Amino acid sequence: MKRRDGQGQESEAARAAPRKTGPRQRGLENYLTHHLRALFASLGQLVRTPLATLMIAAVIGIALALPAGFHALLASVQTVAAGWEGDMAQISLFLKPTIKEDQAAALAKRLRGMREVTAVRYISPQQALAEFELSSGLRDALAYLNENPLPAVLVVRPAEQYSTPSAARDLLHRLEAMTEVDSAQLDLAWLERLHAMVGLAVRGVWLLAGVLAVGVLLVVGNTIRLGIQNRREEIVVIKLLGATDGFIRRPFVYGGMWYGLFGGVIALLVVNGLLLSLAGPAQQLAALYHSGFRLELLGGLACVIVLGAGAALGWLGAWLAVSRHLRDVEPV
Amino acid sequence: MIEFRNVGKRYPSGHAALNEVSFILARGEMAFLTGHSGAGKSTLLKLIALIERPSSGELIVNERNLNRLERGHIPYHRRGLGMIFQDYRLLQDRTVFDNVALPLVIGGEYDQRETGRRVRAALDKVGLLGKEKYYPLELSGGEQQRVGIARAVVHKPVLLLADEPTGNLDPDLSREIMALFEAFQRVGVTVLIASHDHDLIARMNHRVLTLQHGSLINTVAEAPAS
Repeated sequence: MKRRDGQGQESEAARAAPRKTGPRQRGLENYLTHHLRALFASLGQLVRTPLATLMIAAVIGIALALPAGFHALLASVQTVAAGWEGDMAQISLFLKPTIKEDQAAALAKRLRGMREVTAVRYISPQQALAEFELSSGLRDALAYLNENPLPAVLVVRPAEQYSTPSAARDLLHRLEAMTEVDSAQLDLAWLERLHAMVGLAVRGVWLLAGVLAVGVLLVVGNTIRLGIQNRREEIVVIKLLGATDGFIRRPFVYGGMWYGLFGGVIALLVVNGLLLSLAGPAQQLAALYHSGFRLELLGGLACVIVLGAGAALGWLGAWLAVSRHLRDVEPV
Repeated sequence: MIEFRNVGKRYPSGHAALNEVSFILARGEMAFLTGHSGAGKSTLLKLIALIERPSSGELIVNERNLNRLERGHIPYHRRGLGMIFQDYRLLQDRTVFDNVALPLVIGGEYDQRETGRRVRAALDKVGLLGKEKYYPLELSGGEQQRVGIARAVVHKPVLLLADEPTGNLDPDLSREIMALFEAFQRVGVTVLIASHDHDLIARMNHRVLTLQHGSLINTVAEAPAS
């Protein structure tokens, strides 16, 4: 759109050449000046009706705040979940009964050398029995056994990047294939469920964001449509004076961009305000559960994305509305 | 400057506003377009400004065949015209200065200083130099029409089109406005004025084009220029 305008002015310049002597750079300068003026004139127009502007911006702001807020919550949950993964992904290697303690120690050493593994703990059959006695309360029953039926166990903690369900499962299969290992166990169900839930929530937030983005387009489009109707007479006059579609479109499109940008600012205030007011209680609750959960505010990048998305949606909504309705406003 | 070749205009409703209209208006000429209401005066002016397209015939304005002009080029065609309306069509929420500056702002050719210089020159020509900060509603009808004229000439168009420019003005003010048009004609601007004010037209020695039911019935000068 902008380029077409520029070309139009150039060709007009060429046509009216005898009247003008200004160099091309001058034309470009005037063109940019004009854009800047339209940008700030549209801002001025919005500021002159502060209440109406604020209400439209608030609608956009709430529409943007919902996905942004859910995103912030999810980001906090994911941070905590990542912490849990390290704790939870544990592979228990049950060694064959023939493996002696020094062989087990050698295996543990070999495992510690693998980059997929952060820690290996050796539990001897005696330790395992003692633990079992304690936790099961079957001390008397166990006393009747002639020998310790429990195998030696190596508890392997995968490194953080190998803690995801699929990577941990790969590691499990490889460890299970080792000759010293009788069987191996990995409790993943919980982890997989958590991953599935977070994945579903992320997708849900994106879908919500998409639906609300369409909402923002419609709100801005409708506002701009009303603006076009209110300024019908003005548009007709400047069309008669030789204004191009681009010239007429410009203040509306910039106006839409401002609406979106204000909406983005409101969304950031709303989301960060809510998060701040929830942060204290959330931390208290988390402390009761001995969890490291903390509500994170929207970060710098997220803020830029919210503002950018607001401005872009406002711009697009206005552009669509003006392109759709401008041709209806013709001089008669 | 303007050439109509068998131009006809039929509206979608079936109403034929113009029939086989042919005439030539030379560069620098001033002419009146007259006829009863509904005779097609406004339609003829609208065709020249490309507010409407002819249904038949050919129309050449400023050496450009308007039949072949694409929609995207209409704004550039209009920038070569100066248009004056019976109801002035000023923007009420802008000052006299901003109203007159509009064609220059739209054209985007001049910087702020040059724009100001040209606007003041145009306002000076119509005798409103001291009123640039007023809003249109603070002015009388005659003054508002003079603002309209200043806006129509500020970008130095080659052709002035006026649709009943004195329709809302009393006879004295009408004469003033007509004198302004003659002044522009003297410096080489082609002027076409639609009007049904026969007394006023009769008192001025200019060519008269008379429309009746969409046809041109008299293209000879009523009183040849002395």
